[in-house]
Amino acid sequence: MLNITNLTATVDDGRKTILDGLSLSVPAGEVHAIMGPNGAGKSTLSYVVTGRDGYDVTGGSVTLDGEDLLDMDPEERAAKGVFLSFQYPLEIPGVPTLTFLRTAMNAQRKARGEEPISAPDFMKRARDVAKQLKIAPEMLRRPLNVGFSGGEKKRMEIFQMMVLEPRFIVMDETDSGLDVDALRVVADGVNALRAPDRGILIITHYQRLLDYIVPDQVHVLAGGAIRASGDAGFAKTLETEGYDAYA
Amino acid sequence: MTETKVKDGIEAETVEGVRALEADKYKYGFDSDIEQEFAPKGLNEDIVRFISAKKDEPQWLLDWRLEAYRRWLTLDEPEWAMVDYPKIDFQDMYYYASPVKKKELESLDEVDPEILEVYNKLGISLKEQEVLAGVKGAPKVAVDAVFDSVSVVTTFKKELAKHGVIFCSFSEAVKDHPELVRKYMGSVVPVTDNYYATLNNAVFSDGSFVYIPPGVRCPMELSTYFRMNAQGTGQFERTLIIADEGSYVSYLEGCTAPMRDENQLHAAIVEIVALKDAEVKYSTVQNWWPGDSEGKGGVYNFVTKRADCRGENSKVSWTQVETGSAVTWKYPSCILRGDGSQGEFYSIAITNGHQQADTGTKMIHLGKDTKSRVISKGISAGKSNSTYRGLVSAHRKAKNARNFTQCDSLLIGDQCGAHTVPYIESGTPTAQFEHEATTSKLSDDQLFYCRQRGLSEEDAVALLVNGFCRDVLQELPMEFAVEAQKLVAISLEGSVG
Repeated sequence: MLNITNLTATVDDGRKTILDGLSLSVPAGEVHAIMGPNGAGKSTLSYVVTGRDGYDVTGGSVTLDGEDLLDMDPEERAAKGVFLSFQYPLEIPGVPTLTFLRTAMNAQRKARGEEPISAPDFMKRARDVAKQLKIAPEMLRRPLNVGFSGGEKKRMEIFQMMVLEPRFIVMDETDSGLDVDALRVVADGVNALRAPDRGILIITHYQRLLDYIVPDQVHVLAGGAIRASGDAGFAKTLETEGYDAYA
Repeated sequence: MTETKVKDGIEAETVEGVRALEADKYKYGFDSDIEQEFAPKGLNEDIVRFISAKKDEPQWLLDWRLEAYRRWLTLDEPEWAMVDYPKIDFQDMYYYASPVKKKELESLDEVDPEILEVYNKLGISLKEQEVLAGVKGAPKVAVDAVFDSVSVVTTFKKELAKHGVIFCSFSEAVKDHPELVRKYMGSVVPVTDNYYATLNNAVFSDGSFVYIPPGVRCPMELSTYFRMNAQGTGQFERTLIIADEGSYVSYLEGCTAPMRDENQLHAAIVEIVALKDAEVKYSTVQNWWPGDSEGKGGVYNFVTKRADCRGENSKVSWTQVETGSAVTWKYPSCILRGDGSQGEFYSIAITNGHQQADTGTKMIHLGKDTKSRVISKGISAGKSNSTYRGLVSAHRKAKNARNFTQCDSLLIGDQCGAHTVPYIESGTPTAQFEHEATTSKLSDDQLFYCRQRGLSEEDAVALLVNGFCRDVLQELPMEFAVEAQKLVAISLEGSVG
């Protein structure tokens, strides 16, 4: 599904290399976790995959089902089904959450040559997901993320993700800011999205989230490349032993 | 829930609208070839007499014009606004242009089809039956169409007359309702008010006149649509709205002009009088040609708009969406004379390219327990400059006067400017004035966030800016709100990236 080969990326006009020959493959139907120390390039990886400005890709490739993602604008990648759950979700003043999401969904559908979703169908889907995530309906009428707590913002990311039903999901530090109850609700949502035709990449500093969303593989990202990989149990080892061995 | 759905619909439509209109940035820029007659170029007493004679005016009005003209000669152009433009040559323009009229028009069928076509192109139907045959319950809007210097047609006059509402061109009002015109004209904006207002008094051509009798709630929206067409012509219209005791009217104003290389001057006057318990809602969508991307051409929009809340508990609300004009100089104001009267000003001013806007309001509290509310949203993009200039003052007798002002500026890109210049004067210790201001920049992070969710860059800007303006857009009548949202999106095209 997602194939990253020998990816290198720099910032500051090439003065600083963040990703340095990173290779990673997430097959459809699997959940992979990326762990690593601060500054290892975890967030950069999520931004390069989704197409944020400010990073120069100097080598390597990123493909989704064989299609080159690096050539696409962020919105084209989104229409292909790439979704990023942001570490720091942005506030969108004056735009109600539902308006934002429906506009986004229809933009994606249009790019894919599909008809826009009808208002009743959209509302039904949004209400069902909100219920599942224990989000009060009033929240959805408020401007997206404005005045929301850190945990509420993260929950809103998962809400958008579940309504949009993307094909490939990148979750960047989703667990930060969530208390245990919220973590469980979020994890239930993500687990419900696990499907044979969907891939999920979880980027996290702590293994706590992985107790709830059990990954198929765990990778250590350090110094801009994958240094080691293992199964779900590997995350626990890393948590106790730290990343010093891979620095 | 229903309410949310409606709003969803509109905002999604905005985004659709942008896409559909991407090709033509200023779609009102077409030029129409219509047979017109002009006054000779330039300005002198003979021109003033010419205009007055053309309109077959009574002596008192000619005297009024001449007095204003002589006064104007003694005045200097104001220079305090934060706008910069070459000196206007007042002798190098026409002060009167009118489509050649064969005879008095009895009905719409007699209007020059070319002119009807212009309005059709602008999306304004002047055919009453089309509106009537539309969806059941669709709101009716009566339109006064002002083409260059003259009003060409006013729709729904008969139906309005049944309610005692007078809605006609200013020239007709001078003929048919001289007592009302003489009583109220110049009573809100004095002839000597300012340079452009005085000029307007000398050479004003036409405009709309509205009178709502006591206790009448005007059964439909009234609207005037201004179109500048003739080359090298200044537009000097004046509008007078009188809301008698306990009446209500909602009035809309729209403006466009063809794309031209030279600058066109628009110096209008709008006067509103609200008597006891009357309410007037005045909405403007101003989309005069802003000039090209190099800053060449465009309309100079130097307008004086003022409302006098003369009676107790009267209320006037100004809502404006300003996206056009090369230079805007405009401060729709309220004089809160009646005890308990209220004034509101909701504004969205968008500048892009080389546009300059110096706009805001004046809330002058004279009566007891008067209230005012100002919400201003300024958006600057490109190399443009936008200034909010607002005065809130309380006379010493304005006990318990209250004002709330919120001024938000949004910057797009790093070559534009936003400025806020509030003036606050209080003559009584019982007044409570609040002023809040914010300046923010449309962030790359917000744009990326929207694009990651699937919106194109331009759709993302449109969505974010519409969100920023939401408080004001909500104040517009429904049909206008949709238009305004589209306009917001179109005027910001190409502002990023």
